[in-house]
Amino acid sequence: MAENNAAPESVQVVNVPNTKRRGSSMAKRNAIAGFLWTLPFTIGFIAFMLIPMFESAYMAFSKVTIDIQNHSYVKEWIGLKNFDYILNVDPNYKRTLLESLGNMGLQIVAVLIFSYFVAFLLNQEFKGRAFVRAVFFLPVILSSGILLNLDTNNSLLKGMTELIKESNNAASRITGVLEDVLASGNGRLSDLMQTIFDLVNSVYDIAIASGIQIIIFLSGLQTIPNSMYEASKMEGCTGWESFWKITFPMTSSLIIVNVVYSIIDFCTRSDNGVMSMVKAQMLQRMDYGLTSAMAWLYFACIAAIVGLVTFIISKWVYYYE
Amino acid sequence: MSKEKEIKLGTQMSYWERNRLSHGYLLRKSIRKWAISIFRAVLLFGLCFLIVQPLLNKLSVSFMEERDLYDSTIISIPRHFTTANYKLVTELIEYWKALINTTWVSLLSSILQIISCTMIGYGFARYKFPFKNFLFACVMLTIIIPPQTIMSSLYLHFQFFDFVDFFGIFKMITGKNITSVSLIGNGVAYFMLAATGMALRSGLYIFMLRQYFRGVPKELEEAAYVDGCGKIRTFIQIMLPDARPMLTSVFLFSLVWQWTDNFYSTLFFRKITLLTDHLGTIPEKLLQRSGTNTPPATAYGQMMTATGMLITIAPLLILYLFAQKGFVESLSQTGIKM
Repeated sequence: MAENNAAPESVQVVNVPNTKRRGSSMAKRNAIAGFLWTLPFTIGFIAFMLIPMFESAYMAFSKVTIDIQNHSYVKEWIGLKNFDYILNVDPNYKRTLLESLGNMGLQIVAVLIFSYFVAFLLNQEFKGRAFVRAVFFLPVILSSGILLNLDTNNSLLKGMTELIKESNNAASRITGVLEDVLASGNGRLSDLMQTIFDLVNSVYDIAIASGIQIIIFLSGLQTIPNSMYEASKMEGCTGWESFWKITFPMTSSLIIVNVVYSIIDFCTRSDNGVMSMVKAQMLQRMDYGLTSAMAWLYFACIAAIVGLVTFIISKWVYYYE
Repeated sequence: MSKEKEIKLGTQMSYWERNRLSHGYLLRKSIRKWAISIFRAVLLFGLCFLIVQPLLNKLSVSFMEERDLYDSTIISIPRHFTTANYKLVTELIEYWKALINTTWVSLLSSILQIISCTMIGYGFARYKFPFKNFLFACVMLTIIIPPQTIMSSLYLHFQFFDFVDFFGIFKMITGKNITSVSLIGNGVAYFMLAATGMALRSGLYIFMLRQYFRGVPKELEEAAYVDGCGKIRTFIQIMLPDARPMLTSVFLFSLVWQWTDNFYSTLFFRKITLLTDHLGTIPEKLLQRSGTNTPPATAYGQMMTATGMLITIAPLLILYLFAQKGFVESLSQTGIKM
């Protein structure tokens, strides 16, 4: 059998030797070129990501002591003691972690709705659109890095904002009464109302956290062909219907992108409770093992949430090919 | 009857006549259109005001004297106009020195970042090679993993850096160094990260540029190859000039985020004074300066912090004013998709 199989193959090779060799060498050259183009990343990833990752994972299970004489550091395996300390002894970590994850859930829903709505508005034609876009995009620049942290801690500016808000007496009285009526009493509905009012009151925080998300949704909205809307209009589709039947499905794949982006953005912001805690612990106490354990536990939570959310949302995302 | 109508439609008709002919539909429609655009204008104005307000507040606070802060009749227009705050803060955060340092640090790191990210993104977009998808998954991983997770070990890695044992494998196995240099204070470590696509948000830039290059028609390069143009020359002469808007926006992003970053700069730039270094500790600086033990009033410290923030972001605001299109328009045309 084997001989029978071998014979025609060898004939084939003899028949078309030239093209086959050329094709493979072209592919090979392209592959080498591809490797070379991405070489910086490969080096960087191995040297500054993969190895530190393994190392910090190892550190999370060990006690790290700095050895100044030998210009090096010693890791001593202590098993799960660091995690035990974080979860059972440290009074702050668990509370901060749960708090920041809880805040995240609410904030991300709000950011998504807000950014979708704003992107929808900014996609329409009106006078001064470029200016409004520029303003909405301003927070990406002005509340990045340390500025965000300083802004949230500045009670003077906050007081000023409150003062300006209160000076519009009539408006705030009407909304105040409305808020009291809707959120009064007890039960699920009023709790829900209270949550919504809290979100509305923190609309500034939401607005400054949704710059990039607006841009991503906007780019998605711009790729929807106009002919779709025209066709639906001819068939007698109202604006509301065409939103749910065309706009929403066509941009649904971007919702995943935005959810993942928002989660990561929220988790790695400098004013995030856990992040600042980890950094403070590292710079002050110099306990590298403990901080690694903290960071890894946090990362595990984020990865689990991202995975779960992506899995759930991708079930009903519509891909238009 | 119908003939009369047709003639009328052809000529110029008044709005009300057309409305009557459409049985009120035209009026209803235009009322709705106006209502929507008024509603939209009010809403957008409110939201824009909300976003700009903190900036305006900072501006008005920065020109106040301390006694204006405690005067309840003053809300946003200072009664005792002064520029002393600016003078004091400029001294406190060593503004001019820090400005020059921040400028060159941000410029250098964004240039390195854009070179490396463009190369990497182009490689991912155009070439097929084994383990490509795996490698790209690694790019996504660098976006998802918070830098804080690996920060402590990266810090130690650079604290006792070893050029011979570049990857630190030998060190990991034996726990000993062959040679050891500390790269922490002077920022060399960070520039190495930038050149290898590992710096602040590099993963995001790689992703954006890959998306962009994927959208460019392949025929452009194929034509160049047929004419005997090499791979590198094709990239530099054909791809890069077209990609200019996208490169500008990535460059601006990286510049701006680097400018305000405080996480990497406290880790890797200890010996270089940057603008963000002392911004968080202005009240402490005020205390040191006064030479007494009584800390300055909270409001006073915060007024100074607001002024400091304002002069830190002033160059960025000017940049944004001129290059606003580079930030928004090119990015929204990329069509970021997954």
